Amino acid sequence: MKPWQTPLDVDKQKTPHGKIHIIVDRCKGCGFCVEYCPRDVLEMSDEYNQKGYHPAFAAHEEKCINCDLCELICPEFAIFVLKDDDESEDKLKGHVDTVLDDSDEEPSDEKSS
Amino acid sequence: MSEEAPPKIMRRKPVTDHPMSDLLRIDRFPHVWCPTCGLGTVVNCLGTSILKTPEVDPNHIAVVSGIGCAGRGAGYLRFDSFHTTHGRALPFATGLSLSRPDMKVIVFSGDGDIVSIGGNHLIHAARRNMDMVVICVNNFIYAMTGGQTAPTTPTHARSSTSPFGNSDPPFNLPYLAASCGATYVARWTALHVRRLQKSISEVLKKKGFSFIEVISPCPTLYARLNNLGTGLDLMRFYHDNSEINNDADLKSLDINFKGKIICGKFVDLDSPTYRDRYDEENEHILGDKFIPYDLPDFPHISSNSDKEKIEK
Repeated sequence: MKPWQTPLDVDKQKTPHGKIHIIVDRCKGCGFCVEYCPRDVLEMSDEYNQKGYHPAFAAHEEKCINCDLCELICPEFAIFVLKDDDESEDKLKGHVDTVLDDSDEEPSDEKSS
Repeated sequence: MSEEAPPKIMRRKPVTDHPMSDLLRIDRFPHVWCPTCGLGTVVNCLGTSILKTPEVDPNHIAVVSGIGCAGRGAGYLRFDSFHTTHGRALPFATGLSLSRPDMKVIVFSGDGDIVSIGGNHLIHAARRNMDMVVICVNNFIYAMTGGQTAPTTPTHARSSTSPFGNSDPPFNLPYLAASCGATYVARWTALHVRRLQKSISEVLKKKGFSFIEVISPCPTLYARLNNLGTGLDLMRFYHDNSEINNDADLKSLDINFKGKIICGKFVDLDSPTYRDRYDEENEHILGDKFIPYDLPDFPHISSNSDKEKIEK
């Protein structure tokens, strides 16, 4: 489907891109994510995992648009998607670190002052 | 405004960990559910809706479940959770929600537990409008005990106790819950993950008895005994044969064997809960002598600023 008019903010719009993480040994090879991925990113692997199932793998990861459907439909909690964006990963890391630092720093600040 | 403390995270987690690992008891994984069973998907939706509803404080959520495949759900979730005896998830949850009104009680259990053995508890909890969420995972069969006929098994479907076909009509769960007085009634399948997640998020912010039926594939017993293939084939069946109609007549929601499944949010209304009615009645009788148990309306919702956001 083509848009009837080019959107005015087309330069600013960016297709989101996701990075797929699969916990291979937790997968039971049910195929829900492969069947219902809207961009057909995932495929079943020929290899076996630790439990003897064929896990899913990201065959065309460049097509992923970070819609999180595979993460939501996976019954084994074996697949998740993070936004493939340097900014968001930095934010996530910074968030976790600051919270941990805060809890440690507060008493030390009082002592120093 | 700058004095607000940053949100606290319980423990450090690496960036590449599953986003739900804080809500799960990962040491118990992999779980017992069969490959292509839909129960994990429903637990995933429940966890994701709690994660994506930042107003709801996970420390004020309790999960109660009974016996059965779905009853395992409480054991895998890292909330205050309890695995009760068969059919008694609702009475336990009633007691919990009355003694700890600051908790949002979620009953996560199967059709064999909630509707058959605990059926009487369901109708009375709905009649009193207890403040709780009931997620009833319907797989049409008693799956953990070996595939016996359940009250939800469709007519003509085979089970291990009706090898030539079941002659009884099944329960129409949304109609049952709505006619008993539930204030929120919805039905989804395990394939409708986004709608199910949205539904649970709605229900977590709502007072009163909320009932969500989730139709889930059972590959090992229901599908095998009826030659329906794997759970993935059942998901494809739901994809082709489910229909979303939020205004459907509740009487028309019967599920026939290999028939259409009508999904949707059928009932969403506000009515006084058990505690509201109890306070009102006692105020009427005792007058000024009665001191109600003073609590905000949504005690499980973390802070006032968040509550204002919801009202807006």
